[in-house]
Amino acid sequence: MSILVVAEHDNATVKGATLNTIAAAQKIGGEITLLVAGQGCADAAAAAAKIAGVAKVLVADNTAYAHQLAENIGLLVAELGKGYQYVLTPATSNGKNFMPRVAALLDVGQISEIIEVVSPDTFKRPIYAGNIIATVQSSDTIKVITVRTTGFDPVAAEGGSAAIEAVAVAKDAGVSSFVKEELAKSDRPELTAANIVVSGGRGMQNGDNFKLLYTLADKLGAAVGASRAAVDAGFVPNDMQVGQTGKIVAPDLYIAVGISGAIQHLAGMKDSKTIVAINKDPDAPIFQVADYGLVADLFEAVPELEKSI
Amino acid sequence: MKILVTVKRVVDYNVKVRPKSDGTGVDLNNVKMSINPFCEIAVEEAVRLKEKGIATEIVVVSVGDKSSQEQIRTALALGGDRGILVESGEELQPLAIAKLLKAVVDKEQPQLVILGKQSIDGDNNQTGQMLAALTGYAQGTFASELTVAGDKASVMREVDGGMQTLDLKLPLIVTTDLRLNEPRYASLPNIMKAKKKQLDVVTPADLGVDITGRVKTLKVEPPAERKAGIKVKTVAELVEKLKNEAKVI
Ligand SMILES: Cc1cc2nc3c(=O)[nH]c(=O)nc-3n(C[C@H](O)[C@H](O)[C@H](O)COP(=O)(O)OP(=O)(O)OC[C@H]3O[C@@H](n4cnc5c(N)ncnc54)[C@H](O)[C@@H]3O)c2cc1C
Ligand SMILES: Nc1ncnc2c1ncn2[C@@H]1O[C@H](COP(=O)(O)O)[C@@H](O)[C@H]1O
Repeated sequence: MSILVVAEHDNATVKGATLNTIAAAQKIGGEITLLVAGQGCADAAAAAAKIAGVAKVLVADNTAYAHQLAENIGLLVAELGKGYQYVLTPATSNGKNFMPRVAALLDVGQISEIIEVVSPDTFKRPIYAGNIIATVQSSDTIKVITVRTTGFDPVAAEGGSAAIEAVAVAKDAGVSSFVKEELAKSDRPELTAANIVVSGGRGMQNGDNFKLLYTLADKLGAAVGASRAAVDAGFVPNDMQVGQTGKIVAPDLYIAVGISGAIQHLAGMKDSKTIVAINKDPDAPIFQVADYGLVADLFEAVPELEKSI
Repeated sequence: MKILVTVKRVVDYNVKVRPKSDGTGVDLNNVKMSINPFCEIAVEEAVRLKEKGIATEIVVVSVGDKSSQEQIRTALALGGDRGILVESGEELQPLAIAKLLKAVVDKEQPQLVILGKQSIDGDNNQTGQMLAALTGYAQGTFASELTVAGDKASVMREVDGGMQTLDLKLPLIVTTDLRLNEPRYASLPNIMKAKKKQLDVVTPADLGVDITGRVKTLKVEPPAERKAGIKVKTVAELVEKLKNEAKVI
């Protein structure tokens, strides 16, 4: 079997999500080629070549791929993908953006956000906000798949020594251009990669109060997340939203503070190993998934928790 | 400028669905059905563009069985001008839906198509991007802000790291994220008026589209249950459990 994995990277380094995706590819079985498409991405390609289990690295270094514009990357990956039986990428906002274009250009279906490889043509994926797990089988000759990273333990970032090959294909659809990006800067770990996540909801009341969670998080080496309600209310930026339509996390410890536990929020965190809920309402649905529930006013409990660890 | 908006009929977001006991599908007996929330946001955005004088006509499209007329009527009550139902009783996959929408786009020639980013039943997040690839149009997915000016649009997108802004040529495919707008409610008079608006019904065969899917659902099941947890009485007890029982701090 031949598998093309499209790497998630920032031109300098390969993002962790790529390692989980390669793990999924290994479960399918076959020779794995990793594509690094970007601009000035030689460092990312060099890092890619070291990843365990990668047979070959393709590098498409071109201005057209500078900002991962879906129209251009889609054309490139569809062109290269013709030579493979599988095309995989992580289900990040970037992967979700370009991958369906690849599937449509290849005239095949896409299987979104797999969490398990049952056999080379059969996969499990959550639907209905994770309330249902579907087992799906694809008869397409090229299987286009996005991978939910929490479903697969990452392969080692070191240990491989793949050959690097340049790809000369330059595809510029000429319909889109990058203007700007406002990326959240934080010294805390990335939400989707952190071992501990502390999340706040509407119960936090305002953005200022999130400082309570930041202090706690820094003590724990944790990332900070939020519910949709907290983001919609403007307490915190959108990149912190955990849930069905936000980020999917599965840390060792998830602490939900002032979050009621709507199904859309649970969809993003209920695979965490240990869940703690702090909520003043003893009937809040979050307690149904919490390993440890504390019925308390968060404004008393959180500072106390921070002091006692 | 003509805008096409898509609406999908889905199980209401408040409903917690269960698999049928034989695992062949999801139990949809007597559950409340609604417009997919992201499609509601799409309709609202189109209506706002019309109110600003940028859009002249809003065509609402749904692919589904007869009952999807209900969701089209709701969208017409919210400000859509006319509706098209592509009627099919089968459960269609995103690629087939994108091909049907492409056929409608070829006929209607809109400058802008607004879809939701994701169906909350299938959680696919595919149709808009596939439609964009099939038409060769640019795409502004997960849109948080949309500004149309002349033959271009600027789209601010929600991405994993924060926000990204793109300049995109028309005709354009946009998919909505949660914070693009807050949809209005339909007023009673508008619901009455919507009943008289034009609603055409076509079939996939009329559009000449092959709708066979190549991804088959073998079974559906509930997710693994979490084992019941406990309530702790104090912060001190919580810390003790996290240290000694869960061993996570
Ligand atoms: C299409 C769609 C997609 C969605 N996607 C997502 C998603 O990805 N992620 C997501 O999170 N939501 C999502 N939602 C929204 C979801 O349905 C809920 O509305 C949201 O999760 C509620 O957020 P919350 O728990 O912070 O707020 P609330 O439900 O208002 O809960 C606040 C909680 O705080 C508690 N509280 C208040 N004050 C205190 C205090 N002083 N001390 C302790 N506890 C306190 C209250 O008891 C309450 O339980 C989506 C909804 C839709 C329709
Ligand atoms: N059957 C359908 N009828 C109309 N629009 C649809 C249909 N299926 C998907 N869409 C549109 O495509 C968006 C994304 O759907 P999906 O790719 O299934 O997650 C939805 O929010 C709708 O706007």
